[in-house]
Amino acid sequence: MHELSVAESIVTIIKENTDGGDAKVSAVRVRIGELAGVIPESLEFCFSAITAGTSLEGSRLEIERTAIVCHCEACGTDSTVNGLVFRCPRCHGPHITITSGNELQVVEIEIDD
Amino acid sequence: MAVVTIERKVLQKNDELAQENRELFARNGTYVINLVSSPGSGKTSLLEKTLAQLKDRIKIAVVEGDVQTDLDAQRVAKFDVPVVQIVTNGGCHLEAKLVQDALSNLRLEGLDLLVIENVGNLVCPAGYDLGEAIKIVVASTTEGDDKPLKYPAMFRNASVLIINKIDLVPYVNCNLAELRENALQINPHLTVFETSCTTGAGIKEWSDWLLAQTGKH
Repeated sequence: MHELSVAESIVTIIKENTDGGDAKVSAVRVRIGELAGVIPESLEFCFSAITAGTSLEGSRLEIERTAIVCHCEACGTDSTVNGLVFRCPRCHGPHITITSGNELQVVEIEIDD
Repeated sequence: MAVVTIERKVLQKNDELAQENRELFARNGTYVINLVSSPGSGKTSLLEKTLAQLKDRIKIAVVEGDVQTDLDAQRVAKFDVPVVQIVTNGGCHLEAKLVQDALSNLRLEGLDLLVIENVGNLVCPAGYDLGEAIKIVVASTTEGDDKPLKYPAMFRNASVLIINKIDLVPYVNCNLAELRENALQINPHLTVFETSCTTGAGIKEWSDWLLAQTGKH
């Protein structure tokens, strides 16, 4: 549901980086972590819906997904969190820091000259 | 074709405003909790029970978030505490800006505890920092024991889990131990309380814990 306000924030960031939005933006690359609570298909739908009829109409939203990665404070290992078990896969300790997976970022935009 | 590197958090604006809120709360010594759950888990009932326990011991105010109506604010107002209702008009979560606007109607000076009751939704409020000290997630037994696995971000971002409606366990398909285990699998650092707003079970334990967090006891 909040993909709509996420899409609006993405449009705001694009405008801020293209002097108000006159440039022809062909693609927008965003990075979304598995733990960010954003559904890619839903974000794509919202993005195309709110850009329809604007200078951003037809811009491609390219979504890069990042896995949930944790760092174990006990054994020092960095591992991917699978199956939503938030313990170190190596030593099974609970003291982990999530180092990746929460991302919700605009990475770059592609502008046609 | 030109590529412009941006590398910016999509919700950076919200995070900045949340930080402003956080600094404002710190200046006033106000402890702030963000109460989140799915609709109908009993957030407002739990808040009523908590107010009954604490309102004469510390100064409390409430910010209510709902998609429509001020019904919850009316319920809270009966406890004679300051309350501000935010109606999101369809918005599925509270944002830091909405809370900041609501704060202009509240006197923070001397306020020990501010409770922000978020819009009932286990997905979207997880991503929006409001400037609170902690998120408290309420899961009721009628929702089943698999909610933490289905909505991991919310349970991962919360510091406290309140399992509500424990009086209904005999009648619903919910295994309390399983619910607890699922939640701790997502977040082993959760402090867990079990409550019933009907029988009053667990309310005192939870309220006393909250009181201790405010440092005003």
